[in-house]
Amino acid sequence: MTFEPNILSFCCNWCSYAGADLAGVSRFQYPPNIRIIRVMCSGRIEPAFILEALKNGADGVLVTGCHIGDCHYIEGNKNAEIRINNTKKALEKLGLDKRLRLEWVSASEGARFAEVVRDFTEEIKKLGQNPVKEVKINE
Amino acid sequence: MNDTETKSTETKSADVKSSDEKRVGVFVCECGVNIGGVVNTKAVADYVAALPGVKVTSVNKFTCSDSGQADIQQKIKEHNLNRVVVAACSPKTHEPTFRACIEEMGLNQYFLEFVNIRDHCSWIHMWEKEKATEKAKDLVRMGIERSKLLEPLEASEVPVNDTALVVGGGVAGMQAALDLGDMGFKVYLVEKEPSIGGRMARFDKVFPTNDCSICILGPKMVEVARNKNITIMSYSEVKEVEGFVGNFNVKIEHKSRYLDINMCTGCAKCSEVCPVEVPYDFNEGFGTRKAIYVSFPQAVPLRAVLDMENCIKCKACAKACERGAINYEMQPTYTDLNVGVIIAAVGFKTYDPEPRHDFGYGLYDNVITAMEFERLLNAAGPTGGHIVRPSDCKEPIRVGFVNCVGSRDKNTNIYCSGVCCMYTIKNAQLLKEKRPETDHTIMYIDIRTPFRGYEETYNRARNLGVKFLRGRPVEVKEDPTTKNICVRVEDTLAGEIRNLEFDLLVLATGVVPHEGINQIQQLLKLSKAADGLLMEAHPKLRPVDTTIDGVYLAGAASGPKDIPYAVSQGSACASRATILLKNRKAITEGITAVVDPDVCVGCGVCLPMCPFQAIKMDEKEKKANVMKALCKGCGTCVTACPTGALEQSHFKNSQILAQVKNVFKFPEVAA
Repeated sequence: MTFEPNILSFCCNWCSYAGADLAGVSRFQYPPNIRIIRVMCSGRIEPAFILEALKNGADGVLVTGCHIGDCHYIEGNKNAEIRINNTKKALEKLGLDKRLRLEWVSASEGARFAEVVRDFTEEIKKLGQNPVKEVKINE
Repeated sequence: MNDTETKSTETKSADVKSSDEKRVGVFVCECGVNIGGVVNTKAVADYVAALPGVKVTSVNKFTCSDSGQADIQQKIKEHNLNRVVVAACSPKTHEPTFRACIEEMGLNQYFLEFVNIRDHCSWIHMWEKEKATEKAKDLVRMGIERSKLLEPLEASEVPVNDTALVVGGGVAGMQAALDLGDMGFKVYLVEKEPSIGGRMARFDKVFPTNDCSICILGPKMVEVARNKNITIMSYSEVKEVEGFVGNFNVKIEHKSRYLDINMCTGCAKCSEVCPVEVPYDFNEGFGTRKAIYVSFPQAVPLRAVLDMENCIKCKACAKACERGAINYEMQPTYTDLNVGVIIAAVGFKTYDPEPRHDFGYGLYDNVITAMEFERLLNAAGPTGGHIVRPSDCKEPIRVGFVNCVGSRDKNTNIYCSGVCCMYTIKNAQLLKEKRPETDHTIMYIDIRTPFRGYEETYNRARNLGVKFLRGRPVEVKEDPTTKNICVRVEDTLAGEIRNLEFDLLVLATGVVPHEGINQIQQLLKLSKAADGLLMEAHPKLRPVDTTIDGVYLAGAASGPKDIPYAVSQGSACASRATILLKNRKAITEGITAVVDPDVCVGCGVCLPMCPFQAIKMDEKEKKANVMKALCKGCGTCVTACPTGALEQSHFKNSQILAQVKNVFKFPEVAA
């Protein structure tokens, strides 16, 4: 049986969640591995959420927000960028950094949202199961 | 009867509040076949029914319908529910509906959890029904866990300043300003050009009735100027926007006209003596204007403007001006406005075929755009209404029109500009009427004439002898001696290649966003669509609203529109804005950041995080303070808080983590 990764995504309410909605309305098909959590702004996403996700069965975490300059809250996404990059650095030491990705998707980019999800799912499939999950299962 | 109902809800809400037990009702929507055709909704409902806290589940064909909502309300009553999970479409469209539905039953509206199993599940996994059903189960489970942690919140009210700002003085913006002014509200109309009127002021005649454009627009422009409630700020631009619905602080820059607008009478004596001639932009670069000029005879305000870039400072105009209005040292001035609502009617420009040399434009003299044709056709234009070809100023006999230039083309813009078929038909018809000896060929992909009177105009042109050829030119060349334009085109109806020769070729250029659109998009925090134009809150149900409360969109800035459509949108914006202006208050989301003073150590890390200056430090107590009216509820400060003293209501750490921890099930747990 092929490995089907678990992907958790955080979407900001204004751009990327709407972009995901548009992907739906446009019926752009993408793999069903992803589960979306809505937050108001990508600036709300705490590193702890990402770590918890990786601890709780996610093989990959996709954080999406408005393009730089388009943030509904002016610059929440800039803060998100700093935090996600820092989290990535911390994850590097655990060899998990490739399991976290930050992407900007606007409300009009339904096709792009689907493309990003397809691409990220493929990448995580290649990476294989999150090793943290194995430990947890064997516990 | 109503009384008893109210009483019973009151008692119920008291019961619910006193109980700590979470009683969740889950309502799974089939959305006809939109969800039900892919996701096994019954299986989802059965699965979640066994989860802790779930007291009742229900599957509805359409949960948003009257009967669907009645079902929710009945089950709240029967099962004494205090949390409601709706698994349906997108909260972006339907959350307000269900919030109102549960609020009617005395539940706090924030006790609703909305799970998207349509846009984010059934629609995108149409051919993976089992996996979609499993995913829907996960999504609903996450929602249930989150719902149990939801807390009651109160939406707050903010006062609304009953003045409006309209950005853009084209026909859409003018209509919005007029409607609001007539309703008695103060309106500031900001226009970047020296005169209001927009693109419509440049058209010769307008379809389908072939009215003279400026003859119907001119009186409207004067009406705007006369309206006591409207202040026109021409030759001005919006530079800064701060604040929020009801209370926007806006900085307007008034570019320098290098003359005192209150002293100038628009007599144009300055232009008469000015020795500098520059291409006349109002005439699409045909003919010339002076360095000091009145933009066009019907300009409102009828005032001159000095183009300093081209001025040679000979001071002839200053000598000619009887009123001494001219001031070469004049600097831009600024006005700070406080307004309650903003209407953006920032307009469009026509596609520029020059850089790509589409159909030889820019290479051959006798290939012109439809806007240029429009100015040539205009009696007030550079040729006094005579269509001549640029190479030799002779009146053309054989005129070719190419449709869809910069529209319906993967290399430029994929969308249909909507207006080009009609204006091309109109232009051909007008020239044919003026000079019946002329011969016209319109080369088109499809002819689109959707509204009242449009198909009739098309028929009229055909009866007049205008030829329609279905096909797009594949090759356009100039005859070097005659400067005639030779076009090779496939007549796709006859199935043959035609080689045609024209004296003049006119390109029907499409509607594209202008350069200023990015600036206004970023100032107002609007969304932009893939086509580069501004995006409305909902393409069907909220066509003039934006995602920013108190900001509205009118006209072609949100997609190509003809004049009646743009005018309707102007009126629509005025009507939408009046809801706020008349009530003088707006309801804002209850979602804000909240400080726990017992945990806050007053480190101040959160302060620079807030772009709205909503957090203030209480210096005496050394505690951060969130001002709810200013807080937009993004939660960026919450993430930054090192002590956990800040929380975002409705998106608390515990609430988000409840979703994170319940999203995936481990194999052994699932087994």
